[in-house]
Amino acid sequence: MPGDPTNRGAPPPVNIGRLKLTDFRNYLSLAVDLSPGAVVLTGDNGAGKTNLLEAVSLLSPGRGLRRAAYAEIARDGAKGGFVVHAHVEGAQGEADIGTGAGTADPDAEGSLRKVRINGAPARSADEMLEWLRVMWLTPAMDGLFTGPAADRRRFLDRLVLTIDPAHGRRALDYEKAMRGRNRLLADGSRNDGWFDAIETQMAETGAAIAAARFEMVRLLKAMIERTPEEGPFPRADLALSGVLEAGLASGAAIDAEEDFRRRLAEGRERDRAAGRTLEGPHRSDLLVRHRPKDMPAELCSTGEQKALLVGLVLSHARLTGELSGMAPILLLDEIAAHFDHRRRAALFGILDDLGCQVFMTGTERELFSAIEGRAQFLTVSAGAVSAG
Amino acid sequence: MSKRIVGPEIERLIQLLAKVPGLGPRSARRAALHLIKKKEQLLGPLTVAMGDALDTVRVCSTCGNVDTSDPCTICTDPRRDEATIIVVEDVADLWALERAGAMNARYHVLGGTLSPLDGVGPDDLNIRSLVDRVARGGVNELILAVNATVEGQTTAHYITDQLDGLGVKITRLAHGVPVGGELDYLDEGTLSAALKARTVF
Repeated sequence: MPGDPTNRGAPPPVNIGRLKLTDFRNYLSLAVDLSPGAVVLTGDNGAGKTNLLEAVSLLSPGRGLRRAAYAEIARDGAKGGFVVHAHVEGAQGEADIGTGAGTADPDAEGSLRKVRINGAPARSADEMLEWLRVMWLTPAMDGLFTGPAADRRRFLDRLVLTIDPAHGRRALDYEKAMRGRNRLLADGSRNDGWFDAIETQMAETGAAIAAARFEMVRLLKAMIERTPEEGPFPRADLALSGVLEAGLASGAAIDAEEDFRRRLAEGRERDRAAGRTLEGPHRSDLLVRHRPKDMPAELCSTGEQKALLVGLVLSHARLTGELSGMAPILLLDEIAAHFDHRRRAALFGILDDLGCQVFMTGTERELFSAIEGRAQFLTVSAGAVSAG
Repeated sequence: MSKRIVGPEIERLIQLLAKVPGLGPRSARRAALHLIKKKEQLLGPLTVAMGDALDTVRVCSTCGNVDTSDPCTICTDPRRDEATIIVVEDVADLWALERAGAMNARYHVLGGTLSPLDGVGPDDLNIRSLVDRVARGGVNELILAVNATVEGQTTAHYITDQLDGLGVKITRLAHGVPVGGELDYLDEGTLSAALKARTVF
């Protein structure tokens, strides 16, 4: 609670008390009661551990941790699409959140996901963020620092969205305006007035996107400064690259917006030749450095990159908790595999301290022996989940 | 194969009714049955009314509104302020604003918004006629009552650009707290827009 000196910085946790899945990947039907704190899912490869995490990740806007098509998520042969239902207990009270999509019905808009909160349809998936914040780390993200900038940008925007629910709307608006401009470029339009109008919208929404990213990175950097220097996870130095972000670093938001609008207007010929918009927040990148080694993250060893990434996500989880008043739910897929015993124990300690409900998967229960008795252990096998 | 339960005339009526907004196949069947049952009181008069509408409905050559006369009832109403034009996307928006009855002004219906992805360009909208209308003089204020969406705002900006130099005052609807709205329930974007557009109390 604010003002409570014994509990400073620890926001009330948000827990999923009960999770129900219908026709979700390899789950025909599943209902499982969950405990606050650590939830450990063990089982063989292909048993459905990550599927369960994916289901929880769909309790936030977007396409979840695999970024899969909804039709793909629906169990093979299920005509009605998939449903994820969660009973959430948190700072704002209790809520029943249901979401589903991927019906085989050709008339239904397959790309749209329905969300219901406490029995009423939500205006948008963003409304789920009023009840819970979800963040994840999967083995697919191991190559985040060495892979394409688009993956880092998506990661960055997910970090922003988790603390700033309006970010999704902004990104959609910018995307829409930019696709309009790209179409004009492709059609060979020379209507400068039309370009001006679209570019004004792009500059306005683009500047808002860049400002939100800039602010999140600023807050996250401050949070990283608060972590111990010799902690188990190395501290990261963060920076943003991008035409708008650079402007924000040196000046006011309004100048960055005006500057971007001008650059778009001046870049029309170049963009026309390329067939698309070459500059803007859709090309920005998150630059991460390993501070103790003073080295760009992409040049560090695989293990160091993973440790850096985990450190980032943990600092971000703390930041989310402080800003939103809700400790986020963390999904850590195959988290323990990369780390030695010492780091694993340190990770569990930090998670304990964060007060998050955290879902962790692994093939071997032994990896989690340090939290034996302090966590809920579930065994996953062939679309079924059992205790122990 | 499902068995036919009604004749082709009724089947056709149901199919057409199902295309009406707000009606699906199920409600269309109910509506059709109701019309048939109330043949004299409803189906007959409705048929006449629809026939009359079909014969007389036209688009106003001045403002783009739909009515049974050209110029439309609003454009010919002498009690309306000719110097103020409210620009809307669609006739539905005009009707909504008229229900509010807050302005005694004239209108201009664009017929949509600029959307390159949907293939809608300036020439597909009533923008040229708006510029001509303003250029003829006598208009002091143009109120852009378009939606607060990317397309709406892009269109508003384009129109503003086209009217540059014609000496007309261009305003837009306020963005912010809805009447009877509680701040607690508003999204951050709306709240910051409301703060930016705050007025002296």
